[in-house]
Amino acid sequence: MADIQHSDALLVKKYVDGDENALTVLINRHQSKIFGFIYSKISDRDISDDIFQDTFIKVIRTLKSKSYNEEGKFLPWVMRIAHNLIIDHYRKNKKMPMFRETEEFSIFSIMSDDSLTIENKIIQNQVEIDLRKLIEELPADQKEVLVMRMYQDMSFKEISEITGVSINTALGRMRYALMNMRKVIDKHQIILTN
Amino acid sequence: MAKIYSKKPSVVNKMEPKKETISFLLNYSKALSVIKVKGKTFEIIAN
Repeated sequence: MADIQHSDALLVKKYVDGDENALTVLINRHQSKIFGFIYSKISDRDISDDIFQDTFIKVIRTLKSKSYNEEGKFLPWVMRIAHNLIIDHYRKNKKMPMFRETEEFSIFSIMSDDSLTIENKIIQNQVEIDLRKLIEELPADQKEVLVMRMYQDMSFKEISEITGVSINTALGRMRYALMNMRKVIDKHQIILTN
Repeated sequence: MAKIYSKKPSVVNKMEPKKETISFLLNYSKALSVIKVKGKTFEIIAN
């Protein structure tokens, strides 16, 4: 037993002095005990893996910053780090709000599906088709700016560079395009809502 | 019939973390340098 502890201490010293292989040996030697300890408290492989990883990240950072001073007690020290992280895990989870379905309270009152229904999808498609038709009716220069801005997500600077006009002109064309479209929508009383 | 409580289970599941976790830790260790300058600690991760 004393031999193993001595070896751990030696490996820790080697690792602190820059021997990366020493860490491989230390992890291989103790991974089963440490992981088993974490799993015995958590009972979830993935979370246990995360805590195991966080434990060794702390170990590595402490050793590399040369703040470790418990030579010969490597395993209990690592176990203590793991233990603290397990407590942190449970504290964090306790803070998570928990909702139970009761007669007065339906879980679906706070959960909603944001995706569109089939009916709303059809309406949205129709609105997009109508909008496209309106855009097609615009004068070419206004249509060009509007399509670049709204459908190709280009900035007015990029639009001005591509079309060879100033930013102000591009902005003006966009403004007229929107005004013209509103006029047509009002005139024909087109409803563009979902 | 008396139970033999000292009998060891025939299959011992050795609990071990994922290989990827170990590999990540070893790579993290290789990439990490900790430098202390004037009482302040700096951590540098080399890609």
